[in-house]
Amino acid sequence: MIALERVGKRYPNGFDALKSVTLAIDTGEFAVITGHSGAGKSTLLKLMAGIEMATTGTVRVNGQDIAGARRALPFLRRKIGLIFQDHKLLYDRSVFDNVRLPLDITGFPPRDGAKRVRAALDKVGLLGRERALPITLSGGEQQRLCIARAIVHRPSLLLADEPTANLDLDYAQEIVGILSSFHQVGVTVVVSTHDLVSLRMVRPRVIALARGALWQESEGRGEPVRDDVDLDGARVES
Amino acid sequence: MNAWLAQHRRALTLTGRQIAASPVARTFQALVIGVAITLPLLLYLTVQNLARLAGQSDADARIALYLAADATAKEAAAISTRLDAHAGVAGHRFVARDEALRDLKQRHDIADLVDALPKNPLPDAFVVRAASLRPGDIEALRSEASAWPKVALAQLDSAWAARLDAGLDLARSLALGLGTVLAAALLAVTFNTIGLQIVNRREEIEVSRLIGATHGFIRRPFLYAGVVQGAAGGALACAFAGVCVFWVNEQLRGVAALYGTELAARALPAGDALAVIGFSALLGWLGAWLAVTRHLLRLDSQLDAR
Ligand SMILES: Nc1ncnc2c1ncn2[C@@H]1O[C@H](COP(=O)(O)OP(=O)(O)O)[C@@H](O)[C@H]1O
Ligand SMILES: [Mg+2]
Repeated sequence: MIALERVGKRYPNGFDALKSVTLAIDTGEFAVITGHSGAGKSTLLKLMAGIEMATTGTVRVNGQDIAGARRALPFLRRKIGLIFQDHKLLYDRSVFDNVRLPLDITGFPPRDGAKRVRAALDKVGLLGRERALPITLSGGEQQRLCIARAIVHRPSLLLADEPTANLDLDYAQEIVGILSSFHQVGVTVVVSTHDLVSLRMVRPRVIALARGALWQESEGRGEPVRDDVDLDGARVES
Repeated sequence: MNAWLAQHRRALTLTGRQIAASPVARTFQALVIGVAITLPLLLYLTVQNLARLAGQSDADARIALYLAADATAKEAAAISTRLDAHAGVAGHRFVARDEALRDLKQRHDIADLVDALPKNPLPDAFVVRAASLRPGDIEALRSEASAWPKVALAQLDSAWAARLDAGLDLARSLALGLGTVLAAALLAVTFNTIGLQIVNRREEIEVSRLIGATHGFIRRPFLYAGVVQGAAGGALACAFAGVCVFWVNEQLRGVAALYGTELAARALPAGDALAVIGFSALLGWLGAWLAVTRHLLRLDSQLDAR
């Protein structure tokens, strides 16, 4: 589903956020990208969504080279559910209208759309809050709202950037449970986090980054994650 | 097709909702545009009405054809036939030399002087009314007629028609120039007001782009807003112009009664009004398109720079 080949990313200020990363994520996988703050997790997810462009190497999603598909990019993104680290909710409109946006973008008919929105809100436990403004929701609820918006158009790939950040363990596990429920119905899920503990129960494949390079991968997919993965010892050979 | 309809419906709903959200601000924006369009519109109406008035009055361009002293009645009749057949002639009247002399004696207090003349010095003449008001046409007719046999002199009776026409031409170019300048102003106003709306909604635009919106999707509601704003401005301008015409006619009523004539300015024809509204809607569309496109290009170049 996602294939990165010797991908490098240099930001305009000259900073190399990713250095020659090669990795593949198969359809139906639950993958976790971990690493310290600044390791390049967000950058990696942005490359997968075509929000940032690789400066070297190729990024393929569903077999499509993202760099060569500028005009097709909007349509590619509609097949992806995106959960942003900074939420990117629209605070001037209701919960309902926030979740509605992806459907509007694809031109979904209003009546069927409303059904879809309620179904999505139901899945994240926010049914009944349609009319609320996002600002009145708790942190965990806002994160669930982000998930609802990301899955309302039924994407086959879900990219979540630090969805459990700033949440207490209980709430974090609730979020992971929701993500896992989509994984169980066949959605490919890629999550970035520096908090592996709350993800332990889904036995994900773990991809560890350190200073922009692939540092370690869990042996075998579905292996339980050791929460003592020692990233402090990370050394990057250059 | 369904998706296309749904998107347009959404854009329209959004536009409606935004107008409902700030009706006063939107009304003022439309007013500004309306006033801007009213000025050239009034100038245009004035020109149209003056041109119409000039065409109506019977003091329009006249040419006097003075016949040679030895012209016979038969030769005069031949000229009359020529004038009848001429497309550039709206009408003509034969003024016999005796009639002219009588007229002269009546109109001026020179009866004694005229009586003292040994014989009538005046020639037979035709007073010719040209069909066209354009100086070029009138002059062409004059020089053509001056070459006819037994026409001693062909003289333009009134230079005022030429002056009026030149004046109208000037006013027309003025209206056009003013119209162009104010069209540019309208474009700028739309560009700015839509630009403000874009700034107010830049988060929505950014998020929409991130989750798969095309340029078309982002543009659509703003284009609608631009069109609505432009059309509203155009409609207001037509209404203002209508009020002005009404007011002028109220003023004219007394004057017209005094002269026993029907004197009234004519309002903008419905077709022209529709054209004005359509044109300002088009300018609104263009202003909005420019504003959104600039914003989108900036967003994209931020992406490209990375
Ligand atoms: N737009 C940017 N311009 C310059 N440097 C950036 C930009 N975005 C991220 N970086 C840098 O790239 C590195 C990786 O960032 P990021 O991918 O956000 O890491 P993570 O998500 O793992 O914390 C960081 O050092 C960060 O400062
Ligand atoms: Mg990050």
